[in-house]
Amino acid sequence: MEAHQAESQSPIVSRASAKKELPRHFRDNRHVWVFIELERGQVHPVSIELLGEGRKLADKLGVQLAGVVIGTAEDLGVRSAIAEAFAYGADLAYLVESPLLSDYRNEPFTKALSDLVILHKPEILLLGATSLGRDLAGSVATTLETGLTADCTELDVDADGSLAATRPTFGGSLLCTIYTLNSRPQMATVRPRVMATPKRVTHAIGPIIRHDLMMIEEEIVTKVLGFLPDERSEKINLAYADIVVAGGLGIGTAENLERVMVLARTIGGEFGCSRPLVQKGWMEVDRQIGQTGQTIRPKLYLAAGISGAVQHRVGVEGADLIVAINTDSNAPIFDFAHVAVVADAVALLPALTAAFTRRLAPHTNRCK
Amino acid sequence: MNIVVCIKQVPDSAQIRVHPVTNTIMRQGVPTIINPYDLFALEEALKLRDRYGGKVTVLTMGPPMAKQALEKALAYGADEAVLLSDRHFAGSDTLATSFAISRAITNLGLRHAPEIVFTGKQTIDGDTAQVGPGIARRLELQQLTYVTKIVSVDLHAREITVERRSEGGTQMLKSQLPCLISVLEGVNALRRGSVADALRAARAQIPTWRAADAGIVEIANCGLRGSPTVVKRVFAPTPRAEKAIQIKLNDDQCGPLVDEIIASIFEHQPALEASFQPNGLT
Amino acid sequence: MKGEKFHAIVVGAGMSGNAAAYAMAMRGLKVLQLERGEYPGSKNVQGAILYADALEKIIPDFRDDAPLERHLVEQRFWIMDGASHTGIHYRSDDFNERRPNRYTIIRAQFDRWFSAKVREAGCTVLCETLATRLKQDSRGNVTGVYTDRPGEAISADVVVLAEGVNGFLGTRGRLRETPKPDSVALAVKEMHFLPEDVIAERFGLTADEGCVIEAGGTISRGVPGLGFLYTNKESISIGIGCLVSGLAAAMERPYDLLEAFKHHPSIRPLIAGSEVKEYAAHLIPEGGFTAIPQLFGNGWVVVGDAAQLNNTAHREGSNLAMTSGYLAGKAIADVKDRGGSMVKSNLALYKSMLDSSFVIKDLMKHKEMPRFLHANSQNLFVSYPKLISKAAQSFVRVDGNSKLDKEKATSAAFLKARSRWGLISDAVRLARAWR
Repeated sequence: MEAHQAESQSPIVSRASAKKELPRHFRDNRHVWVFIELERGQVHPVSIELLGEGRKLADKLGVQLAGVVIGTAEDLGVRSAIAEAFAYGADLAYLVESPLLSDYRNEPFTKALSDLVILHKPEILLLGATSLGRDLAGSVATTLETGLTADCTELDVDADGSLAATRPTFGGSLLCTIYTLNSRPQMATVRPRVMATPKRVTHAIGPIIRHDLMMIEEEIVTKVLGFLPDERSEKINLAYADIVVAGGLGIGTAENLERVMVLARTIGGEFGCSRPLVQKGWMEVDRQIGQTGQTIRPKLYLAAGISGAVQHRVGVEGADLIVAINTDSNAPIFDFAHVAVVADAVALLPALTAAFTRRLAPHTNRCK
Repeated sequence: MNIVVCIKQVPDSAQIRVHPVTNTIMRQGVPTIINPYDLFALEEALKLRDRYGGKVTVLTMGPPMAKQALEKALAYGADEAVLLSDRHFAGSDTLATSFAISRAITNLGLRHAPEIVFTGKQTIDGDTAQVGPGIARRLELQQLTYVTKIVSVDLHAREITVERRSEGGTQMLKSQLPCLISVLEGVNALRRGSVADALRAARAQIPTWRAADAGIVEIANCGLRGSPTVVKRVFAPTPRAEKAIQIKLNDDQCGPLVDEIIASIFEHQPALEASFQPNGLT
Repeated sequence: MKGEKFHAIVVGAGMSGNAAAYAMAMRGLKVLQLERGEYPGSKNVQGAILYADALEKIIPDFRDDAPLERHLVEQRFWIMDGASHTGIHYRSDDFNERRPNRYTIIRAQFDRWFSAKVREAGCTVLCETLATRLKQDSRGNVTGVYTDRPGEAISADVVVLAEGVNGFLGTRGRLRETPKPDSVALAVKEMHFLPEDVIAERFGLTADEGCVIEAGGTISRGVPGLGFLYTNKESISIGIGCLVSGLAAAMERPYDLLEAFKHHPSIRPLIAGSEVKEYAAHLIPEGGFTAIPQLFGNGWVVVGDAAQLNNTAHREGSNLAMTSGYLAGKAIADVKDRGGSMVKSNLALYKSMLDSSFVIKDLMKHKEMPRFLHANSQNLFVSYPKLISKAAQSFVRVDGNSKLDKEKATSAAFLKARSRWGLISDAVRLARAWR
């Protein structure tokens, strides 16, 4: 979905023609598939989150959920990927194993997944919107000439069984719902942490359908020369933090971000910021919170001086408690925050820090 | 070398406002910019051209005003530009877009097919990152996305080595030309075009190609008709049903306000008190 | 590109720069225009009112395709104190003429239109290009400009400095002084979005009619300044501008003054329910005639705000800018047609054209205004507004006191505030400054 649409029209009216009908040969496509991404031998958490979503969609459609694992037999991660797929609700698993698939490369993975789809015809295929997932999804969708909706924030099925994929649009000012009307599978990618982590449901390993890659190494042009893991000993754990404090343009200067960080440290949380601050270079991109940054699902989210546009909103909506501080009583963040504080964050943050410090150390004789 | 850079003109999303009454996008006066991610791709292309010689052609699919984006690209130093614009392209999703652009690339009339097609990581209005892979698949180019560094190019052996960003680290990949490279943001600093480049850009006659000029006969693969995905609904998110608890600041007294906030937090989430523990995270 | 030379380089793509570039390009000169912003208009801020008469002389058919908001049919002059305004309004159906006299415009759109015309006329326009200093020969004659782009300086027979009130090319090249704090005002403005029909309703306008409010008084808290409100098609431009030296002395911030102005009971209902679309600030030259610098030299002329060609009393600036740019372009083309070189003596033609035009005539007429406003700021912007307000209220309120008593009370108030002598000299001074 590109901005070409609606360019010439002022009101956003759907130009979706009702004339699009699913061609006969796609009417047999059935079942929901989730691509299980393996990262250094570990199942990427986003695949688990998608299994949860996939299960819900499959239940609504009355069909099966399948996990798709692509890798090499030598990798123990493949075993656990299969186990996890069933543990989180899959009815069956598809497996393509080959030494050619030991490291991610676009060609063999695209062939493996595309071949599986052509042979077994799912109606829905979900992938995590990681760098691997996006690299793979685009190739597969083009190979299959089917529709792919990226970075969805919500997935559902309509009464007629079609996938309704919702995502932000127009730079994050609005949301839109996208359908793939006349081809299958309907593909969608979802960023990590956008969907909730489901509960483990079953431990039994179900049927595994194997498939051969049918490629030889000589055919594959790109070779992996090596892999350099990130040096950082301390990974920024924003996506999984229980407590997050973030600053936006309302805090005024880069120096004031110190107050955000101090408060975060005081209450044992992580700190981050909204997109404009990253664009200004005040904070690194790994700390960006929002649709194109990190999606977070903390127990407590404290937003200081953030206006709360849609693209930020979808990145934080999963938080249990949102406390928003903003001088503008009309800021959109107050539409979805749980506690709305109309005040100057710059003044308030140190006061909050001091008050928390007092509260958390009652036996220490601390004055403000 | 022949290098093609695919760019897109996008509205400066930071300045888009939604009409408070009709919920339409207020496009008037919103400036358009070259998709910021594309600029990193452009600089990589220009660097390669400066090093190995050859030509950088910039291509975009868009409405007539997208010519301004191409002019800007020329002003940075690109050699040629082509605008792909036809009402048949209106409503294109990423599949239809990659179809049209791929066809145009084949028909650029370059002395030899491009060794590298560059794109940015994604657009700030679509955010899908799908058109690049689409072009790679259609033109049978080796697909190298999230590239952070072009380590070496051997034109004679038609080989290229790159560093690619993946989860938790960097892959070192060796591949062959021709390839499609999507460049990660922040990997270079876009140069300032010289006066000569700027003058050339201001005077350039940028051709507009309709579908036929791009060698496209299959109109059914373009525009709305060629787009499997369709936007059915655009809407503003609904405010939460439960209104937020309002806490207002009176008389610049932070003290009582702060206490109220903390009380409110613990009321909602009594379990949190246990979680609060100062940490030494820097 | 070595050796590429132009007849003229115009620095700046605002009102004066576009007018000059257009005039010269239409006469067949090879013109290069440099604009530091991303696109023409990106760095320009104005209320804004377009004076059709000035533009008609440059582009007679501008109404065919120029982006125009509303044509003005009503002007309100308000004297304000904390709770009231006393106003004189003039509205006339005569302004619903075939070729209306004044329009509100939105600069970002208008400038882009004007720039397209400049390009159509054959001028080469480079954006995102900042002219950093003048190229001068050993005798100080201007022969071109250096820019912030890598590469050589660009040469030209003449450089037209349309660089705005802040332009440093001329000051760096010692062609003129930097404006002093008492010669510039800082204006801040916001665009408030309101549906077209709401604006029509609130101001009693039909179709494309527009209204202007110019207000002075306690809203600037003693600093010489004026507030304004203009109706655009779907938005309202509201702002306030105050003399920089006055702001510093009173320790006021323009943004605070704007907030107070917006909340004034006379203004608030007019913008109620609106959504703020953008906020901008700009310096406006206020020095008047006595602040006008040397306007021409060997190989250069200066036009528009950079030349301090702004009429404070009537709040006219863009028409002076346009006209000065146009006349500069015309003079340069005339000199070239004659086969003359761009030396000071020849470029004096520009100044003489300017002197014969309303530009210098109006500025000369009001040359005492800046000093007068400054010297009498407390009276003009605080005392008199309050007195007038009280007087008006007393006149209007029916409270059982006899009319005669009330009149006596009003006169007494005036006399107390200013003394008989004070009142008379205020009147005389105002008359002198106005004439």
